[in-house]
Amino acid sequence: MSADHHAEHPTGISRWLFTTNHKDIGTLYLVFSFIMAIVGGVMSLVIRSELWQPGLQLVEPNFFNQMTTVHALVMIFGFAMPAFVGLANWMIPMMIGAPDMALPRMNNWSFWILPFAATLLILSLFMPGGGPAGGWTIYPPLSVQGGIGVDFTLLAIHMLGISSILGSINIIATVLNMRAPGMTLMKMPMFAWTWLITAFLLIAAMPVLAGAVTMLITDRHFGTHFFDAAGGGDPVLFQHVFWFFGHPEVYILVLPAFGVFSQIIPTFSRKPLFGYASMVYATASIAFLSFIVWAHHMYTVGMPMAGELFFMYSTMLIAVPTGVKIFNWVSTMWRGSMTFETPMLWALGGVFTFAVGGFSGLMLAITPADFQYQDTYFVVAHFHYVIFGATIYGLFAAIYYWLPKWTGHLYNETLGKWHFWLTTIGFNLTFFPQHFLGLAGMPRRIPDYALQFTEFNRWSTIGAFFTIISQLIFFYIAIRAMKGGAKATDQVWEGADGLEWTLSSPPPYHSFAVAPKVK
Amino acid sequence: MSTANSHYYLPNPSPWPIITSAGLFALALGFILLMNNVSAGPWFMLAGTAIIVYMMIRWFGQVIGESESGTYNAQVDRSFRWGMAWFIFSEVMFFAAFFGALFYVRQFSAQWIGADDLLWPGYDGTWPTAGPKGLIPVPAGTIPGANQFSPMGAWGIPAINTLILLSSGATVTWAHWGLLKDNRAQLITGLFLTVALGMTFIALQAFEYVHAYTELGLTLKTGVYGATFFMLTGFHGFHVTMGTIMLMVILGRAIAGHFRADHHFGFEAVAWYWHFVDVVWLGLFIFVYWL
Ligand code: HEM
Ligand SMILES: [Cu+2]
Repeated sequence: MSADHHAEHPTGISRWLFTTNHKDIGTLYLVFSFIMAIVGGVMSLVIRSELWQPGLQLVEPNFFNQMTTVHALVMIFGFAMPAFVGLANWMIPMMIGAPDMALPRMNNWSFWILPFAATLLILSLFMPGGGPAGGWTIYPPLSVQGGIGVDFTLLAIHMLGISSILGSINIIATVLNMRAPGMTLMKMPMFAWTWLITAFLLIAAMPVLAGAVTMLITDRHFGTHFFDAAGGGDPVLFQHVFWFFGHPEVYILVLPAFGVFSQIIPTFSRKPLFGYASMVYATASIAFLSFIVWAHHMYTVGMPMAGELFFMYSTMLIAVPTGVKIFNWVSTMWRGSMTFETPMLWALGGVFTFAVGGFSGLMLAITPADFQYQDTYFVVAHFHYVIFGATIYGLFAAIYYWLPKWTGHLYNETLGKWHFWLTTIGFNLTFFPQHFLGLAGMPRRIPDYALQFTEFNRWSTIGAFFTIISQLIFFYIAIRAMKGGAKATDQVWEGADGLEWTLSSPPPYHSFAVAPKVK
Repeated sequence: MSTANSHYYLPNPSPWPIITSAGLFALALGFILLMNNVSAGPWFMLAGTAIIVYMMIRWFGQVIGESESGTYNAQVDRSFRWGMAWFIFSEVMFFAAFFGALFYVRQFSAQWIGADDLLWPGYDGTWPTAGPKGLIPVPAGTIPGANQFSPMGAWGIPAINTLILLSSGATVTWAHWGLLKDNRAQLITGLFLTVALGMTFIALQAFEYVHAYTELGLTLKTGVYGATFFMLTGFHGFHVTMGTIMLMVILGRAIAGHFRADHHFGFEAVAWYWHFVDVVWLGLFIFVYWL
């Protein structure tokens, strides 16, 4: 049949180094992202250990600040984003009936930039003067004043950005050009839709971050005065450029997880997704709105009243399409014949914790209230509820959902449920008390704190260790399923619907060598 | 005519991407070291650049070979088109960051900083500004003193350069028409003219920079005005240079007999890119030089 598929299949290490296969590249992305998760996780334990009690005991304040900074950068750019690009690589060609991604060699390139960029980022910690310590938002003047470690970080961000842009270009080209005959855009699985829109956000936002980073580099070394009032510049300018990237970035992190929820909830409710078209439009409007809300991160920098009001209202507006999505997920379950296998637990847990994070987001969106919350632990609680609670929950949901398809083996369902419940307990134990800490006034990014914050901080530290240790179960389950186990059927889940379930488990090397027909 | 190929071409595993990434790593590392005055820096940069250039020649060479041998069907061609279009969009957004910075400083922050004496008594916040003392123009024919600079006018070289780039947009379109009606001479002449115009633009831009540095007292370090001026025009000039090199490659391929009226993605990609740098220039001319 497929005449031009006299493909070479190198084995051993060169299979992974030179691969042009979307599944191999997806696996690389996922493995890389979990290695980064371990690195970032260790850093979070350093942070939480120092915060076990007031006073300075474990690490130097400057090192503590490096940990908060690099933890965030590693988790966002090294774990969450690459993990979902890995899912996109694995699943989009299989979901839309394509043989592979549209641009396979570029696909390999976008992955292999990552380990090099991560090397630069980690190396920064070992430089004279240490790594970046001014927060992942790299605000000047701190980021302009820091030592060579900051340059390592800035160049690492440049490379990570190149990787994201190339990966996104590939995803858009794949979704727009590789769909099986008959699969119109409005018949496409939601996961492909959310990734199409996410890829657009990435291509629009990452170059702006590159611009901000470039201005930092020239301010540091080439004598420009973008962010220096002594030369007519303005440090607040950086914040505008950064958050013009930064807010779309948070939707880059969460929209693909929404796509995962929209695949899994129908499967385990045994009903089609409620309100498919409104889901598409809600996703698109979230993406559009995400470009006009950025200054809600900057309410306290001294903007004019008109600016404060505009960004407050536009931010609150996002709650509308977000509400549409939650409504649709709930309505999908309404009168469904539901079961609660591990992927469903993660998806439902994710919707629930996301809702908590959405509500704290609304609180933060109210300008006068945010004057109190800004730069406190309340913000830390908020974004962990959305990023861990929705993005990472979505990631685990996706992995449990598709692992049998990828490996051809069923994983251990009981252990999967344990993983979910222990993580959920640990996660809430870690981050729920941080709401109260923030409301009571404990600042974020600080190694020491006043005595009255001790108790909640203890819960939080206990929760952090509990959560991270629970992840060992996940690694055990995943590795077990890769090695063997009960054979999975092609459909795997009784209620599963979509092209990926028509392929064998595990699927063939070129997913759809012959395009399927979609009615 | 291209052999009709019903299958989407899936390339074999390739060593170029990962080696290019290693080159990128060496380039970035070298740049970091260079900025921090570590002597190994330039060598790393050199090695990185050499790797990247070599790999681009091999990688693109392979793609060109595949393309000319009819390996790509229409669907592959569309993938390339989407890829290039979205790449250009990412470049647009990169420039948007710098334009946004320019607008923000001009429209808002310069005035705000000057509006009260909190920061600096008598801060002159009018545009163009390079800091507290504001603009101190350099009288013609004198050597710029400390803190003196003149902004770049619009109606000398920049206006000529606008004409040059606009005409180069026309010549590349004319070349495209030549390709579409299988008129190779028109294709080659059009491309040649475009390359020549591009090089003229770059030369004039370099001349303008020398003028700025030696006679206007205007440098990259001239406050936020100098920063926005040189970063915007500098990145644009870099893109024109890349575009010119790409056009030269296309010219070489046209001479070597590549491209057909119905199969010439490479040509179009470069033409799109060229129009993109043209449009960015119009924005620069209006907002950086003129207004
Ligand atoms: C209903 C939706 C949301 C609203 C109204 C909202 C609102 C806000 C506001 C106003 C802030 C600034 C708080 C401050 O610094 O004082 C903030 C911070 C943050 N949000 Fe959200 N948010 C929403 C959803 C999300 C989502 C979905 C994510 C990520 C997946 C996210 C991630 C973050 C992060 C990372 C920060 C902190 C950034 C930093 O300062 O380091 N948010 N949010
Ligand atoms: Cu935001």
